Amino acid sequence: MIDDPVVIGDPSDGALSDQLLSTTWAPRNWKLAFAITGAGTLLLVSMITLTVLRGIGEWGNNIPTAWGFGIINFVWWIGIGHAGTFISAILLVLEQQHVRTSINRFTEGMTLFAVVQAGMFPLLHLGRPWFAYWLFPYPSVMGVWPQVRSALPWDTAAVSTYLLVSIMFWYLGLVPDLAGVRDRAPTLLRRRIYGVLALGWAGSVQQWRHYKIAYLTLAGLATPLVISVHSIVSLDFAESGLPGWHSTIFPPFFVAGAIFSGFGMVVTLMIPARRVFGLYNVITPRHLDMIGKLLLVTSSILAYSYICEMFLAWWSGDRYEIFEQLHERPFGFYAVGFWIMITCNCLVTQALWSRRVRRNATALFVIAIFVNIGMWLERFEIIVVSLTRDFLPSSWHQYAPTYVDLGILLGTMCFFGFLFLAFLRLVPFVPVAELKELKREVDA
Amino acid sequence: MTPVLVAEFASADELCAGVRALAGAGVTRLDAFTPYQVEGLQELMGVPRSRLRWIVLAAGLLGGGAAYLFQWWINVVDYPLDIGGRPYHSAFAFVPITFEMTVLSAGFAALISAIALGGLPRLWQPMFEVDGFERATIDRFWLAVAAGDRALDRSRDMLALENAGALRVVWLGGRS
Repeated sequence: MIDDPVVIGDPSDGALSDQLLSTTWAPRNWKLAFAITGAGTLLLVSMITLTVLRGIGEWGNNIPTAWGFGIINFVWWIGIGHAGTFISAILLVLEQQHVRTSINRFTEGMTLFAVVQAGMFPLLHLGRPWFAYWLFPYPSVMGVWPQVRSALPWDTAAVSTYLLVSIMFWYLGLVPDLAGVRDRAPTLLRRRIYGVLALGWAGSVQQWRHYKIAYLTLAGLATPLVISVHSIVSLDFAESGLPGWHSTIFPPFFVAGAIFSGFGMVVTLMIPARRVFGLYNVITPRHLDMIGKLLLVTSSILAYSYICEMFLAWWSGDRYEIFEQLHERPFGFYAVGFWIMITCNCLVTQALWSRRVRRNATALFVIAIFVNIGMWLERFEIIVVSLTRDFLPSSWHQYAPTYVDLGILLGTMCFFGFLFLAFLRLVPFVPVAELKELKREVDA
Repeated sequence: MTPVLVAEFASADELCAGVRALAGAGVTRLDAFTPYQVEGLQELMGVPRSRLRWIVLAAGLLGGGAAYLFQWWINVVDYPLDIGGRPYHSAFAFVPITFEMTVLSAGFAALISAIALGGLPRLWQPMFEVDGFERATIDRFWLAVAAGDRALDRSRDMLALENAGALRVVWLGGRS
């Protein structure tokens, strides 16, 4: 259903380039936003310093809850990182440029910065992060190698591959637009810096013919990668024997949740940026509508997965599974979190059946905030409830985060925001060349 | 390439008309510079399909194969660890890392070949000296003929490009 133009107002190629490239040399007045997120980043640095200096005991984790905030936040952030590649790679492979172009680079940036936040948690959670290189196979004097029959080395491979491939995909997409800034920026210094970053791109037929194939190939490679990353993360859980974790439903369930939470974050970032930069002509109601629909679809998959989890627990006849899924999550100590999660992830999103809600930026933004909260709570429920209520009642113990845990979570949000603001400031964040190509295709 | 004849066009269609006119006259050392990929231009200029995908395929297979062998070597040969009597060589457990390394190698190959086959990084090239060429990444379409093309006829081809709708046709080759 194509009822809106791809670019509203039919601007000339020159005008469109100026509008979208000028963000790199004509900044908005947002020192305050930088200051707040910068301060939060300092909080993060100080909390990390404290953790490293005094040890992991500064966190609320303890036996039996060995995976507290560290893993909750890891899974939350890495999940957020999924929507970026979903939008920019999967929609490219499916030839959905009408809804993809103009928001794809934005979401790729979001992916990168979310993965950076995610990566910090497992490293800190090691307790001795200075030995993080032990995760990688290297010829050590101890003569030992990682055990690749465990899910944890898979995780290392998946997350680092995902980060690297996302960076490559993002950079390759940027090259023509960096060349655009080189050729359009008002000052010599900017032209030089962007000129070096653009590698001397001239847009010749020779360059485009390899470039386009490489870009599409990278998209094709990133597509199964997106699915693999959160599947592998979920196997960290499913490989263990804990009630509530040991389930074959985990990979698809986690992937759906990841894409859902990622779309939530896309909306959370996109709607303010659209307003600040006045991008109403390139990020149109068509894009909002598409994201709204995808939120609704993934929310439905999640609702189905929640029901499946409960059904499988009951059907298994395993008393620990039944206790976990049908008693502890809905009615146990952390039941409030469970019901808020259901409200955020399954009930609030029902408003998206309405076309008016999907096309209303404010309404979509509010729903997205609920999604972010709901998805964080989902990971809290999965991790904390299973760990605090395992097989032996004698080892049951409640979990509560410390101020260091909370400081790190808040700090990563600010650091994420800081990186994202820097990205909006320094890089053309709407793919101009792709948008011009799409405009020509649509006009023809 | 060292350009001897360049022409600037306001639209992709006019550029294609210019390419058609010159290619029809037998000129082969052509290159075009566009702000985005123009559909059909590559075929018009007789440029073959990129062989990049074969490089990517080879790199992916090599990377994946090497990753599988490496996992087998570290966990079966060099550092076998008995975990509940499970087989050392567990093919299924080797799948995730093999897959990830396939994608990683193929990704690196795609990025590096796109850059290298496009002749980059090359921060300067003679075309950058042409007045107004900076709009080639924004909204203008440029056509260039490299030096040493025997079929090139200065006055005939300059006229042909003007007829195709060029905004500007510039001879850079000196006297000839």
